[in-house]
Amino acid sequence: MVTGSDTPVPGDLSRPWHPATALFAWIEDLGELVMARFAALGDVTLFAMRTLRWTFARLPSKGTLLPSFYQIGVLSLPVVALTGTFIGMVLAEQSYAQFRFFHLETRLGGVINVSLLRELGPVLAATMLAGRVGSAMAAELGTMRVTEQIDALASMGANPVHYLVVPRFLGCLLLIPTLTVMADFMGVAGGAFYSILRLGIDSHHYISNSQQVVGIFDLFSGVLKSLFFGAAISLVSCHRGFHCDPGAEGVGRAATSAFVYSFVLILVLDLFLGIVLNTIYYYLWPQGASLFV
Amino acid sequence: MSHKRVDAGAGPGPLLELRDIDVRFGRHQVLRQMDLTVPRGQTLAIIGESGCGKTVLLKTMIGLVKPSGGQVLFDGLNLAEMDERQLTHQRIRFGFVFQQAALFDSMTVAQNVAFPLRQHTHKGDEEIREIVVSRLAEVGLPASVVDKKPAELSGGMRKRVGLARALALNPEVVLYDEPTTGLDPIMSDVINELILRTRKQNPVTSIVVTHDMNTARKVADRVVMLFPLSRLGPDDAQAIFDGSPEELDSADDRRVTQFVHGEAGERLMEMSERSSGGVS
Repeated sequence: MVTGSDTPVPGDLSRPWHPATALFAWIEDLGELVMARFAALGDVTLFAMRTLRWTFARLPSKGTLLPSFYQIGVLSLPVVALTGTFIGMVLAEQSYAQFRFFHLETRLGGVINVSLLRELGPVLAATMLAGRVGSAMAAELGTMRVTEQIDALASMGANPVHYLVVPRFLGCLLLIPTLTVMADFMGVAGGAFYSILRLGIDSHHYISNSQQVVGIFDLFSGVLKSLFFGAAISLVSCHRGFHCDPGAEGVGRAATSAFVYSFVLILVLDLFLGIVLNTIYYYLWPQGASLFV
Repeated sequence: MSHKRVDAGAGPGPLLELRDIDVRFGRHQVLRQMDLTVPRGQTLAIIGESGCGKTVLLKTMIGLVKPSGGQVLFDGLNLAEMDERQLTHQRIRFGFVFQQAALFDSMTVAQNVAFPLRQHTHKGDEEIREIVVSRLAEVGLPASVVDKKPAELSGGMRKRVGLARALALNPEVVLYDEPTTGLDPIMSDVINELILRTRKQNPVTSIVVTHDMNTARKVADRVVMLFPLSRLGPDDAQAIFDGSPEELDSADDRRVTQFVHGEAGERLMEMSERSSGGVS
């Protein structure tokens, strides 16, 4: 039997098995796993610091920035607008029955618009960006790693982080707020359209209630969150691409893991940023705005 | 840019010197206590079977792989101690021809060859275009390929574009990683001739990693053979041959003569032992 370790394993009849030895082996494996996770976290952090250092050291040329901006911003607009519109309409459809039960249909605009501006707009735009752009970035950089194009860049005296990562980082960071605003706008429009034309809610009350509840802070908090999401998506995806395993399987895994890690990070950041922004909100406006004022 | 010189620096000393180099990836050690000195103007061929660390050694020389220990002295400067910016500055003095050419897919042939010129010179578009066309002509490619994408070229043409790109900035050292792998015998000989011609036209130092004995015999002044660490004892040297190409045939070491003549020898026996489960 070929094994990589001296530890006896259950089922290996040629060697004595002891529960204590097996427990130690399990603890050892667990320790290795934890160490590897911490090392990976440290690696991402160092990668992010290198990216930030190169971002402030020297801006990339127009020739590298513009294609990234086009790919990240312009080409993502249709899909973000479409998903924004539909999520606004879905929110209206799902909330309507509950609100009608309490005869509060006219308050529907408030809940739809606050949900969109604070949560769904930024999270949706970020998720679409992670799926459409993050995976593609990881696959593209992964292929460049596997085919030695990243080494070729470095060998010609061009810093790969500066040349490949900084334009993508800036593209995500600077354009995700516009995508978020687009998702917000289309969601608000879709929700209003569906509520007024399909569900028959009075437009005057729908709009005036929305205006009462939704404030500039809601828009600001969503856009602020999106900046963090954009930075996280670009850094995680580029890091996955740069550390891609060899072969087609490695590239595929880099693309998948870029989306999965980005999505998890978006949700974790959303929770913590939500807590911080709510604390600030209630500090600034102790009364707060309510759906039922 | 200033950086502490370990030796006297430019002049009569060796251009490239590796001292006591260790390279490991995690628990896997690839190079162990490697010492190698490359004088100016020499064409050195590094041979050895797949997985013996030839490419890692080549990448260590240009700082693409950071050694776990030891010094990489280029013109008296220790590359292993340099930060990214300092390394970038020194890498301009190298040209690297990659195994699969490593051309940028998204760029045309002209943009690939012009890349180092655009990065490191302030030449105008017209001047760069002229240099690109002349570099391509040097490697036997017509001006009609300039607007093609790498995917539209054959393997031999891609290798030649890679060579043109590596020579764009008139480097002092050209590193070739398996320049003839995957090419037909005629195209392999074309590449060998180009390596020789490059050396004649420019006073460059060349290091060629290859397992093609024709290439090693034809282009090299000196041959060094590496052996995989996994099949060496703890105190064995990893470089098992260092001499002229003519001395290869008369080498005393059976591992060298078997490699040179392409004989499997006891490797077949080792493989059959492994496949029957003898390794633990």
